[in-house]
Amino acid sequence: MAENKNKEKNDKEKKKQENKARLGGMTRLWGLVRKEFFQIMRDPSSIMIAFLMPVFLLLLFGYGVSLDAEDVPVAIVTEGTGNEIQRFTAAFDQSRYFEPTYYWNMKEAVDALMDHRVDGIIRIREDFSRDLVRGGGAPIQVILNGVDANTARLVSGYVEGIWAGWLEDRARMQGTDLALPVELHHRIWYNSEVRSRNFLVPGLIAVIMTLIGALLTAMVMAREWERGTMESLLVTPVRIREVIIGKLIPYFVMGMGGMALSVAMAVWLFHVPLRGSLWLLILTSALFLLVALGMGLLISTAARNQFVAGQIAIIVTYLPAFLLSGFLFDIGSMPEVVQWITYIVGARYFVAILQSLFLAGNIPSVVLFNSAALMLMAALFLGLSRLKTRKRLD
Amino acid sequence: MSPSESDSGTQSERQEEPDRKDREDQKDRKGRESALELEGVKKSFQQEKLTIEALKGVSFKTQKGRITGLIGPDGAGKTTLMRICVGLLLPDAGSISVMGKDVVADPLSVQSAVGYMPQRFGLYEDLSVQENLDLYADLQGLPKSERKERYEELMGMTRLGEFTDRLAGRLSGGMKQKLGLACTLVRSPEFLILDEPTVGVDPVSRRELWSIVSRLVEKEGMSVLLSTAYLDEAERCHEVVMLHEGEVLGHGPPADFSRKEEGNAYRVTAQGMKNREIQSRLARGEGVVDSVISGDGVRLVMAADHEPDGEKLLPDAEDVEIASIPPRFEDRYVSILKAEKQKEEKEGEPQSGEASEPGDHENHPGKKDQKKRRSLEEPGGGDGAEIRVDGLNRKFGDFYAVKDVSFDVKAGEIFGLLGANGAGKTTTFRMLCGLLPPSGGTLSVAGVDLRSSAAEARARIGYMSQKFSLYGSLSVLQNLRFFSSAYNLKGKERKERIDWALDQFDLRERAEADSGEMPLGYKQRLALACALMHKPEILFLDEPTSGVDPMARREFWNRINALSRAGVTVLVTTHFMEEAEYCDRLAIMVTGEILALGTPHEIREQASEKSGKEVTDMEEAFIALIEEKDGGE
Repeated sequence: MAENKNKEKNDKEKKKQENKARLGGMTRLWGLVRKEFFQIMRDPSSIMIAFLMPVFLLLLFGYGVSLDAEDVPVAIVTEGTGNEIQRFTAAFDQSRYFEPTYYWNMKEAVDALMDHRVDGIIRIREDFSRDLVRGGGAPIQVILNGVDANTARLVSGYVEGIWAGWLEDRARMQGTDLALPVELHHRIWYNSEVRSRNFLVPGLIAVIMTLIGALLTAMVMAREWERGTMESLLVTPVRIREVIIGKLIPYFVMGMGGMALSVAMAVWLFHVPLRGSLWLLILTSALFLLVALGMGLLISTAARNQFVAGQIAIIVTYLPAFLLSGFLFDIGSMPEVVQWITYIVGARYFVAILQSLFLAGNIPSVVLFNSAALMLMAALFLGLSRLKTRKRLD
Repeated sequence: MSPSESDSGTQSERQEEPDRKDREDQKDRKGRESALELEGVKKSFQQEKLTIEALKGVSFKTQKGRITGLIGPDGAGKTTLMRICVGLLLPDAGSISVMGKDVVADPLSVQSAVGYMPQRFGLYEDLSVQENLDLYADLQGLPKSERKERYEELMGMTRLGEFTDRLAGRLSGGMKQKLGLACTLVRSPEFLILDEPTVGVDPVSRRELWSIVSRLVEKEGMSVLLSTAYLDEAERCHEVVMLHEGEVLGHGPPADFSRKEEGNAYRVTAQGMKNREIQSRLARGEGVVDSVISGDGVRLVMAADHEPDGEKLLPDAEDVEIASIPPRFEDRYVSILKAEKQKEEKEGEPQSGEASEPGDHENHPGKKDQKKRRSLEEPGGGDGAEIRVDGLNRKFGDFYAVKDVSFDVKAGEIFGLLGANGAGKTTTFRMLCGLLPPSGGTLSVAGVDLRSSAAEARARIGYMSQKFSLYGSLSVLQNLRFFSSAYNLKGKERKERIDWALDQFDLRERAEADSGEMPLGYKQRLALACALMHKPEILFLDEPTSGVDPMARREFWNRINALSRAGVTVLVTTHFMEEAEYCDRLAIMVTGEILALGTPHEIREQASEKSGKEVTDMEEAFIALIEEKDGGE
């Protein structure tokens, strides 16, 4: 009986203590968060990473980098004359994809290619008109600079397009129909103008959030170790979870700010359509940010100086987000081994979500699958960093 | 902390409740209850393939409401011990309880009772004084209602009240340290642990820090454990634990330590001989345990079975006076460490040369050689002043780091620049070495301005920077090779110099060791060796003894004395006031200005005159001069 009473009393006291502890926890957490914000405001380098870098990257990728081939300089070598040839070359003149320069002999054209003045040579032989009339095939030689494989492929496609158009015209003029058994009609969905900006800019948001979430977080944690502030922090009654959450909240806010900035620039500056739901975009971004923050915290458990933390963060988070997320290079065309590796790159899932939300709209299967993957990764990274961060120096 | 642990904790407390009264009675009978109890604490670290035993079974108890000093040379394990006490490190073996709580089992409850200030207190430098305080008040859970009062109290104690809006990074070294202490004390802890709180702090702030700690102990009954490199501070502790290479060598009130040297301490003076000369001769005498310059004489500690004999110790001096004086803690400390070292040497391989007695630098340019060289320069050099500084200024933004500094250093002199961290010593140094252009004034070193003159002049100076700028990932030998080639030494000469450095600085054993992982004392020796590779005529030493323990500092000064005897001009900065006594002349610098200039004796006289009381050591002189200056403004 007495024991029971004692126990009750104990329980009550325990609850009281727990309550007090919780209140204390809130005070401590609030103190840490406030401190972090003061530091962010006074340290220009973190603001630079969070807001200036995104603007810089967006401008660079929005204006500077274009994967479209427009006004490609080509050399056209016409060794003969004739209406047929003129009409053929006129098609190049009119195309917005090409900017032709005319040469009368092959040698000059090859020199131009060597000097990178042109990206390709289209050679029409002297006997082109004659062969055409005689029937049995009139060859046109196309030489491309294959160093930039992407442009080469595009140019080759455009040349074929021009050739097909010219054939059609010619047939019409001769009053006969070009009787092809199969007709090809192109229609490009989601990005009908085939602007690379439209898929680069949404993908960039993933890169930017990786930068803020992982790089910045890893570096500011390392800074605490480097400056010895962590040692003083750890001996206070603060709990490890409070230290972690105290870092998560400020950089979560920063990351979402960077995201908002990028979305605003994408929509209003680059006129990238946002076809899906804004709320879904915010929700999935938050999820991805947790993955990035988790990675940053995990790195900081291993690297206790800013230089090393920054290097690791760039190598294991930023570069993969750049190269292996499908934001710049299509995952489907990577070697199979590399494709497998992309599954552990969180940005991969987020890029898929972003590209479909911006260009296609809410596609449940895409959003659900990729969000589930993100959720799993966030839980894994945050859980691991909680386990790995100890209130000790060793 | 898991709930089951906290449960067992409260249970055990409850069980103890009935006999608490008994215990209190017992406590009264036995004296005080213990604040800290260590039992067989061991800790080792893995460093690549090497296992370093930082603590080899440490056991001691300290009492509540007392100041316990943790004293020991560099690398003795003081910081490791303190970190274990606050739960930042786990011991490999043994048990520790702080205020009756087991640290290993329940670090959180220990941490809420303990205030810990690490060697480099982690102030957030981009936060203001007030914001730092707020953060620690939040972390320590100080109720909002009590804050105003507590802040006022702390600010009053530390005299930081007028700086609450200033960023912590903009405070002086002493103020930072006081703010660190204020943050640690924000919620008056039961037990205060301070790791070298006074290193690099000016004497005035040092005195303030001590008076804060003493007041806390007296008024609030706080228990304190602090480590220190200043042996005079040991005497202010109630009890002292002496740690050496991870073992406790002694434990007791400081008076008990010094009592053991009763009758062994003397004060030696001799007419017509420099104190430095007396000191270095005494150091080599038979049966001499320790000799240091102190005020206008030399303190001498003899082994218990030796009597000091003036004739024998100083054969060519006149009017040698040897008077018995009361011993102090430092005497005992040095004698314990010396005995320990001899024991080690007996156990290990017998070493040829006594490490603590550096021989003359035979290979160094001898006096003759040096004189010859100088006589060649003399026509241009004028009155033989090697370094001349006139009206030197250096501004950073609108802040004067160095303001109107003038002095000159004569050939073969040891000239000291004395001052706390941030007094402008390093800035002055960098200008002298031509690393930083002055904003105003003129300077010349060996007759030229190093900034404009060519490498030729630089080859005549040696520079040892504050942080011993060595290549940490290179071995000792590789560092020596690098620096000798940087100074253009080749072939046989280079080999000779490297051999000289290895022998002269006792580095041969460690020739292959990574220099970054050696104890500080070794690093310092290697750095000095590197600075001397090219036999410079002028040696610049920037804080050469910072963070180095008293034994290594003695050794270091012996070397500097030997260099000076060989004719090398030495310019040295230090924040250890007692080291000033080794200088021929010195300048005391405060906030970029020279406060006093002269021989140690002259400076003490000046201070005595100004303060109107007898000043016997440099520290008192420094404080008196500062107070006089502050009062005058």
